[in-house]
Formats: sequence, structure tokens, C-alpha cells
Amino acid sequence: MNNIELIFPEIFISLSIMFLLILGVFKKESSKIIHNISLLVLLITAVITFNETLSINPTTLFNESIIIDYLSSFMKIITLLAAFVVLLISSNYLRTFKIFKIEYPILILSSVLGMMIMISSNDLIVFYMGLELQSLALYVLATFNRDQLKSSEAGLKYFVLSALSSGLLLYGCSLIYGFTGSTNFNVISNQFNTNEYAITFGIVFILVGLAFKISAVPFHMWAPDVYEGSPTSVTLFFTMVPKIAALTVFIRFLYVPFLNLIDQWQMILVFLSIASMLFGAIAAIGQKNLKRLIAYSSISHIGYALAGLATGSNDGIQSSVIYMTIYIIMNLGFFSCLLMMKRNNIYYEQIDDLSGLSKNHPLLSISLLIILFSLAGIPPLAGFFAKFYIFKSVIEQSMYFLAIIGLLSTVVAAFYYLRIIKIMYFDEEKDSYDKDHNLWLKLSLTVSTILILMYFIFPSELIDAVSKINII
Amino acid sequence: MNFPILSSLILLPSIGALFLFFTKSKSENKITAKYVALFTSLVNFFLSIYLWFLFDQTTSAFQFVEDRIWIKGLINYKVGVDGISILFIILTTFITPLCIISVNNSITKRLNEFLIAILVMETFMIGVFCSLDLVVFYLFFEAGLIPMFLIIGIWGGTRRVYSAFKFFLFTLLGSVLMLVAIISIYWITGTTDVVQLYELGIDTKYQNLLWLAFFSSFAVKTPMWPVHTWLPDAHVEAPTAGSVLLAAILLKMAGYGFIRFSLGLFPSASEVFTPLIYTLSVIAIIFTSLIALMQEDMKKLIAYSSVAHMGFVTLGIFTIQQQGIEGSIIQMISHGLVSAALFLCVGVVYDRMHSRLITTYGGIVTIIPKYAILFMVFTLAALGLPGTSGFVGEFLILMAAFKDNFLVAVLASLGVIIGAAYMLWLYKRVIFGKLINSELKKMIDLNKSEAFTLTCLAIPTLYFGFYPEPLINTIEVSISDLIDTYNFSVASKQ
Repeated sequence: MNNIELIFPEIFISLSIMFLLILGVFKKESSKIIHNISLLVLLITAVITFNETLSINPTTLFNESIIIDYLSSFMKIITLLAAFVVLLISSNYLRTFKIFKIEYPILILSSVLGMMIMISSNDLIVFYMGLELQSLALYVLATFNRDQLKSSEAGLKYFVLSALSSGLLLYGCSLIYGFTGSTNFNVISNQFNTNEYAITFGIVFILVGLAFKISAVPFHMWAPDVYEGSPTSVTLFFTMVPKIAALTVFIRFLYVPFLNLIDQWQMILVFLSIASMLFGAIAAIGQKNLKRLIAYSSISHIGYALAGLATGSNDGIQSSVIYMTIYIIMNLGFFSCLLMMKRNNIYYEQIDDLSGLSKNHPLLSISLLIILFSLAGIPPLAGFFAKFYIFKSVIEQSMYFLAIIGLLSTVVAAFYYLRIIKIMYFDEEKDSYDKDHNLWLKLSLTVSTILILMYFIFPSELIDAVSKINII
Repeated sequence: MNFPILSSLILLPSIGALFLFFTKSKSENKITAKYVALFTSLVNFFLSIYLWFLFDQTTSAFQFVEDRIWIKGLINYKVGVDGISILFIILTTFITPLCIISVNNSITKRLNEFLIAILVMETFMIGVFCSLDLVVFYLFFEAGLIPMFLIIGIWGGTRRVYSAFKFFLFTLLGSVLMLVAIISIYWITGTTDVVQLYELGIDTKYQNLLWLAFFSSFAVKTPMWPVHTWLPDAHVEAPTAGSVLLAAILLKMAGYGFIRFSLGLFPSASEVFTPLIYTLSVIAIIFTSLIALMQEDMKKLIAYSSVAHMGFVTLGIFTIQQQGIEGSIIQMISHGLVSAALFLCVGVVYDRMHSRLITTYGGIVTIIPKYAILFMVFTLAALGLPGTSGFVGEFLILMAAFKDNFLVAVLASLGVIIGAAYMLWLYKRVIFGKLINSELKKMIDLNKSEAFTLTCLAIPTLYFGFYPEPLINTIEVSISDLIDTYNFSVASKQ
């Protein structure tokens, strides 16, 4: 084992999980300290990943079953940072519901570990292992507020449907193994015979499983219920972090072994993308609950990220990664606002609860305004650039149909974002919300808003960072 | 020329807005906020006058060009002006301070935010007219939706939500196709730099589709029949200052876009689609003039007259002759001044009587004579009386149209007559006649700031009516060059 230091982040995080578990068992009242240590662990892991692995050439470990390259390091850092912010801003919410327990940060750490393994996987078995580790942690997280019926329902629903999709995924893996004799991506790409239709079946099954994990239409049915039922801080986690990992696997799985079969899977991806964009935009119009609305909005956003992947070009991959990065920043801002809608220890999450927000909370509502316009993709905000890069790569491949449908669905989507703005700015005000928020919550809202607003001044930085991703 | 004068023009209002944003928590003193905004916009106005002074009228090349790398290897931030765009910039910087002065009576709540919205709007509008890169243009073009949506939605009338949504979604729907076209142009030619695109030219086989995509955006924004329906709603519900900005400047973005992009980038497609534009323009002129004749609401009447006037503009642009395009630009400038003034006039009586219905008024000439005089000037300018700027534009456009297509010109001239009818009838019903409504006797005449804004608008209206030379001199070379390029590329394709 020459390059063992390359998986040092994973080793560190798993040792920390074990240590924290032991600490939690032996020390009374340890939830606060475990919370803080977990934050530190996430940050340190991100730093290690940045230092050790970001700038190295692609290297494989453990019989080529793990790959460390720029894509995996980049995605890991985003995952870790997003999880860090989620943990940072969720403490007040958890305290309000009296679920500020030691399990919460540890479960988040375990799911992050699972995602890191997924992101680095170069082998179907390793990938499946990572997937299950993160999923098991996520099932528990969804039911974390177990005294509430909705939360338990969300967890159960998520578990049943996710297990089904894992089954399909595993069936696909076994088909591919059966026809190529290996589970390793590199070996598969050398082995298979393009005329073998069974492999296409395998790909389809795996795509279905993955599409479920990122909640792309038509495998999205779980998302609104789970997002609505889970505690808000967990919903925030759901809308961002697992999707990064699943998207990375999407990229790796489609582009490393099966790039030659692009004719077969491109159509599936285009369909998933168009269906997600349109359905997400249209179904969100009727929603009354903000968390359900953001569920549909995330479905539609995943559609755009998939549009980038459907191009089959390096540009497309890069634009998808940029899209997800910007989407995460917007989502963080949106949920920070949601976590601020609290009055007398009750959190409000209906759209009507935003009514007249601009009069009592001018700064909060201007931030939300910027975030919503950015989610709708109106220039000069960051969300526009995210979409611009996607459509640029899509049009470069002459996929005009996809581009036009995508842009038209942004107009539909603009409608429901505008509706929230209308309620905030044009309607009569209600009672004001609490103003003494956690410092970190305020900070995350401010930073994400400023990043969205000021992105147009420094657009090159993110492109430079992403341009080193080179899969094909 | 190292001083980035255009970027300063673009940025200054935003800096003023930022300043207002950070001072707002303390300010009960609304006057300060207004003076800050006014000061910023006035500095911008003088800066743009200075720009006109430095502007070299003898060349059609872009001047004051700034070219910076923005997104590496993809897009440059490139701005510059030529004869076509400079007048629009001055129009923008001229109208904005007048808007800010006019908010005195009409805006009672959230004045600070309103001024911020107006200043941010000014940034975007100047950006549209300066940008020499398609993506930068699109960015400014679309970004203007945000402040305008808020202006209509927060400070608007009773049906403001409906109007704001209609305005936003109509315009966005038109524009997304333009984005597809812009990215396609990048893909076809490898650049979005307008100057390079003028030199390179775009392959004829792509031009028709690209032209249609740009058209879909500009037609909504102009607005052309049959996608004009958002305009009356938006105008009626918007506060006075919002209507002024909308009529005076926002509508001009599309006319400018037609000249700069549709004619400049897609000459052969423009030739193909000229009959389409003629048809839609003539329908707009006659049909919306007839609708305007029947309106009860003053603002709606002026809104429909705007559609008709913009019909003249599109007609003039696509005659693709020197007089036609010059006429169109002068018509746009004139309409910018006159419609702004007319909306302000409506605002003046609305602030006093809180009614926009024509039937509320009548016989007010003896009560508010100063108002009656200024209103008359603008009424006559709107119907194109010789001696006002409205005449110059319409005359040049019709002259070019007669050369090109007799029937179209005759039909368009019919529109002039109906235009005279509805404007004079409006004036007669509001100002003259018997004084029936006794409430009207309480009306007070123009106060100082109202008189000042209206006079400010009346002076250039009359001056350029008698002596349009300064305008024509500025635009002449750029337009003749544009037409030469157009003729050359159309001829070389055949």
C-alpha cells in the first residue's frame, strides 16, 4: 500500500465516528461537545482532502477499486463543507424540538463517510457499500424527530422506497457483472461487447436506482413527502448532500465504463432531465408548504444538472458540477431563511407565513428575494450563470430541443418563485418573527446571499476550479 | 481616454443605491434619501452630457470602448457607444432624475426602496445601451425585470399583482429564446462580441431562426401587436414614475435591439422578414389607435398610443433606409420625452383627484391653466404637430415608407389621423367642456417641482421639433454605415 495517505480523510472520519460514539456512551450530557467535535472533524477532513488529494494525478487504490482524482476530491470537499454548514446552523432547530442528541452529528458524519466512499468508488461493489452506508444513516435522520408522526412516516417511506431502488440497482450490478465478468469500472470498459443488449439492461437498472437517489422524475415520488416530514435541518441535508454524491457516481458510472454506449443512455438521461425540469416546475405551482415547494424545485434543478450530463462532453460534466455548487449555495441561503421563521418556539413553514415579511424583516426578505430570483435563474445573479453554462454545453452538442424545453420550464418555474416574492412584498404583514437568531445562521444567510449577488464579478474562479475535472 | 466613462455611467446609480440601502435604517428624513438619489442621477446626467460632448460624430466606429476579460475564454465585458446608442443613454440619464423629482406626491410608503429600485433600474438600462457583447447585453436586458417587477408590484394600483406577473412572465418568455440564440451564435462563430460579429457575419442558413429568436424577445418588449397586451396593464397599475420609466426607456430597448442586432447581425434574415414586420407594424398602428380611441382610462389611452407609436418605430427601422432609421430613432427619443411627460401629466391630476377616468375631469382649463398649457404642448407633440419632435420622426418614417411600399405608407398615415383624433379628443374631454364635477374646483395648479419637470421635458420636445440637427448629426454616420453594410451583405448573398 503505497498511497495509503490518499484515503486518509476517510480513515480519519471513520476513526472520529468511533471515538465520538464511545465518548457519547461514557460521558453524560455530551451532545454539545460531540456536536462541536463533529464540526471540527468535518472541517479538518475538508482541509486534509484539500491538501492531500486535490492536486494529485488520478491514482487508484485497492486493486483499482477506489479512485482519487480531481473530481472526487472536489466533490468530497463540497460534500464536507455543505455538511459542515448544515450541522452549524441546525443546533437551534434541534434544541427547539428537544432532539439535540449525540446521534445527530454522528449520523451525519456516517452518511458523509458513505458519500465519500461513493464519490471515490471505481467499482460497483465499493459504490454499493458507500451507498448503503449513507442511506442507512439517512433513514434514521429522516425519522429523527420520532415523536412526530410525519417524521416517522417520512423515514419509513424513504426506507421502503429506497430499499426497492437499491434492489433494482443491485440487480443491474449483477447483470453487468454477469456479462463482463468484473465489477471494476476500468475492467468493464475494456471487457464488454457493445452488441450485448443485456448490458444495456444493466445500465438501465442502475440508472433507475441512481435516479431514485437524486429524485429525478419519474422516480421522485418520495421526495416531497420525505422533505416535508423530516426535520427542516435534515431536509436541508437531503436537498443537497446526497445529490452531490449520487451525481458524482452518475458521472463516473456513465463516462468511465460506458461512454461507448452513449447512444443507449443519452436518451434516458434526456428524458429524465426534461421530465424533471417540467414536472418540478409545474407541480411546484400548487404547493402551499415551503418544504414541499423546495422539494419540487430541487427536482427541477436536478433536471438541469442532468441536462449537462446528457451531453456526453467534458463541458457538460463541468457545467453540471458548477450547477450543483451554485445550487447548494442557493439552497443553503433558502433554508437559512426557513430556519429563521420562528416565533415563540414554533417554526413556520407554510408559504402564507411569509406574508408581508418585507415590512417586519427588510433584510431577511431582501436576502430571500435575491435567493429566489437566483433560483429562478434571472441575471445577473448566480443562478443565471449556472443555467447559462448548462445551456451552453447543451447547445454545443446541438441538443436544441433539450435547451428550449429547459428554458421554457424556467419561465414556468419563475411563476412560483415570483409567487413567494409576491406574498413577501405585496401582501399584508403578519406578526413578526423572532429576531435573536444564532450568529451562524445569520452568517450563513449573509454569506450565501453575497455570494449569489456578487458571483457575476468573479465568475472565472469557479470555472477555473471546475475546469480541471477531466473524465473523458 | 483612460477614464472608464461608460462603466462609471453604469456603476454610479448602483453606488448611489447601495448608499441608500445602508443609510435606510436611520432615515425618517425622507428628504435626504431623495436628495442622495437626485444627486446621483444628476451627476450621471452631466457625465452623459460630457460624453456627448466628447463624442466624435464623424465616425461610425464604437467609441469609449472598454474591453475586459470577464469569464475567461468565454465572455468579455465590452462596452462602447456609437451614434445609435449614445442618444438613448442621454435619454435614460435625463429621464431618471425627472422621475426622482416626480415621486414627491405619488409615493408615500417605502420611499427609500423605491429610489433604490429606480437607481438600480438606471444601471441596467444604461448597461443595455452600452454593451457590445451579446451575453452582457442579455444580462442587463433581463436584469431590468427585477426592479420593474417590484416597482409595479409594491407601489402599483389595485390590480398590481396581476400586472406585475404578466409583465414579468411575458418578457421572460420572450427573452429565453434569445438566450438560446445567443448561445447558438457563440457556438456557430466562437464569439459573442458584437464588433467581431459585424466583421465575421453569420452564415445565412442560420440567420432566419436566430432572427426569429431575437424577434420573439424584442417583439414582446417593443411591444408589437399581438403580444402588446402586457403593456396597458403594466402602465395602468404602475406608479407614475414606473410608467414613465417603462414608456420612456424600457420600450426603447427593443427598438434599439432591432437596429443593433436584428439589422446588424442578420441582414439577410431581416430582408426576408420585412413583410412580417410591416404587417405587424401597420396592424399595431391602426388597431391600437382605434383601441386608444375608446379608452375611458387616461393611462390606458396613453399606453395604447405608445403601442401605436412603437409601431411607427418598427416600421421605420425595417424600411432600411437612411431616413427611416433616423426617423425611428428620433421618434423613439421623442416618444421617450412625450410619453414620459404625458404620464407625468396624468400623475399630476391623479395625485389631486385619485382618478384616472376621463369622465371625472372636464373644464379644468380655468382652474389649472398652467397645467392646461403644458398638457397641450405634449398632446400636440404626441399627435405629431410640425414644430414638435413628434413630427420629425413620423415624417421621416413615412417618407421612407412611401419610397419602399406605397400601401403600407398610406395605411400608416391613416394611423396618424386616428392618433390626432384620440389625442385631441382626450385633451378636449379633460381640459375643456363644462365644469360638471364640483370637486374639481379644489384642484391647485402645478407646484414648483411639477412645473419644473414638465418644462424640462417641454424644452427638448420643442427644440428638437424646430431644430433636429444635433440629433441627426449624431446618428447620421453610424446609420449610413449600418445601411451600407446591410446592402453589401444582402447583395453579396444574392
